[in-house]
Amino acid sequence: MRTGWRVAEVIGVTPETRTARTLRLRLPGLTGHRAGQHVDVRLTAPDGYTAVRSYSVASALPGDEFDLTVEELADGEVSPYLVHQVAVGDQLEVRGPVGGWFVWDPADPSPVQLIAGGSGVVPLMAMLRAHAAADPASPGAAAPFRLLYSVRAPDAVYYGGELDDLARSPLADVSVVYTRQAPAGSGRPPRRLDAATLVESVLPAADNPAVFVCGATAFVESVADWLVQAGHSPDRIKTERYGGTGTRP
Amino acid sequence: MTDNLDDLDYLDGNAAAGPLSEFFAIDVVSARGRCASCGRIDALATARLYPNSHGLLLRCPGCAEILMRLVDTGDSVCLDLHGLSFIELRRG
Amino acid sequence: MGIVSSGFFGRGRRDDPALPPGQHLTDGFPVLSAGPTPRITPEEWEFTITTETGQVHRWSWTEFLALQQDDVSRDIHCVTSWSKLGTSWRGVSLDTLFESVESDCEFTMAHSYGGYTTNVPLDDLLDGKAWIAHEFDGEALEPAHGGPARLLVPHLYFWKSAKWVRGLEMLRQDEPGFWESNGYHMYGDPWREERYW
Repeated sequence: MRTGWRVAEVIGVTPETRTARTLRLRLPGLTGHRAGQHVDVRLTAPDGYTAVRSYSVASALPGDEFDLTVEELADGEVSPYLVHQVAVGDQLEVRGPVGGWFVWDPADPSPVQLIAGGSGVVPLMAMLRAHAAADPASPGAAAPFRLLYSVRAPDAVYYGGELDDLARSPLADVSVVYTRQAPAGSGRPPRRLDAATLVESVLPAADNPAVFVCGATAFVESVADWLVQAGHSPDRIKTERYGGTGTRP
Repeated sequence: MTDNLDDLDYLDGNAAAGPLSEFFAIDVVSARGRCASCGRIDALATARLYPNSHGLLLRCPGCAEILMRLVDTGDSVCLDLHGLSFIELRRG
Repeated sequence: MGIVSSGFFGRGRRDDPALPPGQHLTDGFPVLSAGPTPRITPEEWEFTITTETGQVHRWSWTEFLALQQDDVSRDIHCVTSWSKLGTSWRGVSLDTLFESVESDCEFTMAHSYGGYTTNVPLDDLLDGKAWIAHEFDGEALEPAHGGPARLLVPHLYFWKSAKWVRGLEMLRQDEPGFWESNGYHMYGDPWREERYW
């Protein structure tokens, strides 16, 4: 782990939704990172004012490149700049990737259950990608992976095409719960995630899966409580709250 | 605002990994720490982080007492550890 | 200074003669959350002033509301760089509370429910400069903003205006409070940008 602020260059930008986009950064000297880590981004205004925010890494690339997916917050200070203004060739100060707790380890053979609320899917996508790219000889490569993704509407889904491909592959099970607006013709009305839906969608507690939950604080609180009530051990549940009071699931 | 949502204004200790990387050569949020107040021992990543404050506060998820307090003044950064009676690292 | 991000200016920063240096205006009222919000009912609330001799002056909620109430409008400045102009408060002047207090001390420590402390010189609490406020914008002060009552010392950075205040302790010597002991300025004048020591 390298510490302190370093300069990364923006080498690509990809829109994900109307309010989110993925920035690909190159950080010279970086030699990969662990799936689930985040980086701190520091912006400096011409008068010296600085603002720091944390963003999860979405990618699982081996070299000195990584992706951040940034959602524009309505009253945000940093996110509108990253979503609308930053361009290829710009430089950004970053610290990290850091965080060795909310990470998936390819050496762990445990089944993995990922549970995302909205943009909380970002670090979980890094885990799905790391799993798909894992050395077949590593114990985690054959581990069952399942994603439960709670999202407002079809147009708010990140990485949609890639998740569809994963869902059709043997690599992972993907289920999406639409909370406000369901896809046209789905025949299923939008519904909020509740304890019953959660329990029927996730790997059973008896499988003792490693569970990663990421979303707004209220979402994470509710989901973690439901998991424990369903018999999952609190020791197996790792959470990453991304802040904001948000709404419950 | 009459609900309790203001009490959800915290993150996981994991999110403190960046600022704490200025102090520790290892990823200290993965280390276990003992709360000096209630004795609970757990990974610092599971503590409650209050970042939206005058500094960064890590509170014990058991008793809510302060484990760590970090103040960044620009020229210096001060880490107050009096709420932790030990930190334990796992090797390898 | 790090790399300047062209086109990044931070939120709503502009020069305004009503604003101390480095501050920007906000229309909202940001909540800086340093921990769980204490929930104190008026029935259990009390306010005390404790002198160097150990004498305790005590007001219950009912006694406190029976004191002379002031309506004040002041600008407030948070050290995290937001300012809010012309905020309206109702509360009891510290001059009123100190009428019956005998003390030779020049310093005070404010103590809050939840354990927060902050130090303020006595001179900065008297002569119409500070209040124990229980209404904001005509409404009972919300718990998130320090209700039932908070200290209001608007000429200093807002961290000195302790939320959920429960008492003042008279001190012979200035001592650092909660944030002051980790780098925040002992006095905190926004016009001199006394953010940190």
